[in-house]
Amino acid sequence: MVLKQVSKVNVRENMAIRAEREIVSGSYVNLGIGMPTMVANYIQADKKVVLQSENGLLGIGRSPYANEVDPDLINAGKETVTAITGASYFSSAESFAMIRGEHLDLAILGGMEVSESGDLANWMIPGKMIKGMGGAMDIVHGAKKIVIIMDHVTKDGHPKIVKACQLPLTGKQVVDRIITDRAVIDVTSSGLILQEIARGWTVEKVIASTGAELSVSNQLVEAAF
Amino acid sequence: MKKIYQSFLEAINSMEDGATIMVGGFGLVGIPENLILALVETNVKHLTVISNNCGIDDWGLGLLLKNKQIDKMIGSYVGENKEFERQVLTGELEVELVPQGTLAERIRAGGAGIPAFYTPAGVGTAIAKGKEVRQFAGKDYLLETSLKADYSLIRAAIGDKDGNLQYAKTAQNFNPMMAAAGSITIAEVEQIVETGMISPASVHTPGIYVNRLIQGKQEKRIERLTIKQEA
Repeated sequence: MVLKQVSKVNVRENMAIRAEREIVSGSYVNLGIGMPTMVANYIQADKKVVLQSENGLLGIGRSPYANEVDPDLINAGKETVTAITGASYFSSAESFAMIRGEHLDLAILGGMEVSESGDLANWMIPGKMIKGMGGAMDIVHGAKKIVIIMDHVTKDGHPKIVKACQLPLTGKQVVDRIITDRAVIDVTSSGLILQEIARGWTVEKVIASTGAELSVSNQLVEAAF
Repeated sequence: MKKIYQSFLEAINSMEDGATIMVGGFGLVGIPENLILALVETNVKHLTVISNNCGIDDWGLGLLLKNKQIDKMIGSYVGENKEFERQVLTGELEVELVPQGTLAERIRAGGAGIPAFYTPAGVGTAIAKGKEVRQFAGKDYLLETSLKADYSLIRAAIGDKDGNLQYAKTAQNFNPMMAAAGSITIAEVEQIVETGMISPASVHTPGIYVNRLIQGKQEKRIERLTIKQEA
């Protein structure tokens, strides 16, 4: 049991490390709440990256030490944070102007379902209490590149990459790339293209656990992460 | 000179049942803590509240919910509050969920004299229902209307006696747009200073938007304390 937990942590870490490779030095990036936020812990020291928080901060820093905590300084997940040198604070209207105006290079977000045309569902499950979409519906139309990081299948083993989303959409045709525990898949005008396979997986197994048609890239990288 | 109040109850005394109010803040950051406490005390009912979130069970707007003063809530994320869920399920509370950027822009537009605008957020989703869709340069956009309020309750760090305001860090959030979108804007500030003490270049909200001022000590509760351990 303990072993299983450890391996789950490793899988998540692996996904975060792979997602970090999407971040180009010199870019402005928004990381979604939850697992995408973890990606920040793996950003390589030689990359200069400015993280945006939609509650009004450009330049999120590390978590504060106990003596640095400022209750007026939080990220969009409502966690206490610090600001980097060169950071700026602004209103929510300015923040979303920045997002909607396509000034961010990249957003890495979580997902419940992604369709073969790049539709994303990640904000509600019918029958469960609706909490709200927060900034997700704006962000998916804002950043120049939208990367979704999620498990390849649900807890019950059903594919989360599907022909058409069953869950209510966050945005239509918005996803550029999907990173899962098993693969990296690009959403293109000619459908889903399998680009990379994680260690321990094969093309056949990835295709079998995907609910939409997958073409295999002729530059496919195996054991990529 | 703006009217400076000494009592929070007095500052909101004119509010009547059925009012539409905007309340600043993101989570518990930048909320007008004492004005909310005073609202609970007045017991005004049937409020429509426009705010990004709805507080937590025992603080912020959660207190108004608990006291059943809110009929309708317009916000983007309301998942931190069990009483909220209970009232929605029983039909006591009506909710309108709005994408956060659309909410911010609807409020900004309200204060800026723009009745409606087009945005890509929500195209092809459940929130597009009943809304006009129009194409610009080959891309679809939704028509969203502006929001205004009878009262805007906001919070700033510093306010001068002419109502010029300055916010602290991420406590700015929705406050500046709400200041402009309220017929009567009441600013709760941590510190009132003499006019001229805030450099004109450093004013975040010009005093023209502010009608009433009051100084208040803030508790500043933290929802998710996240700390880095010393090495």
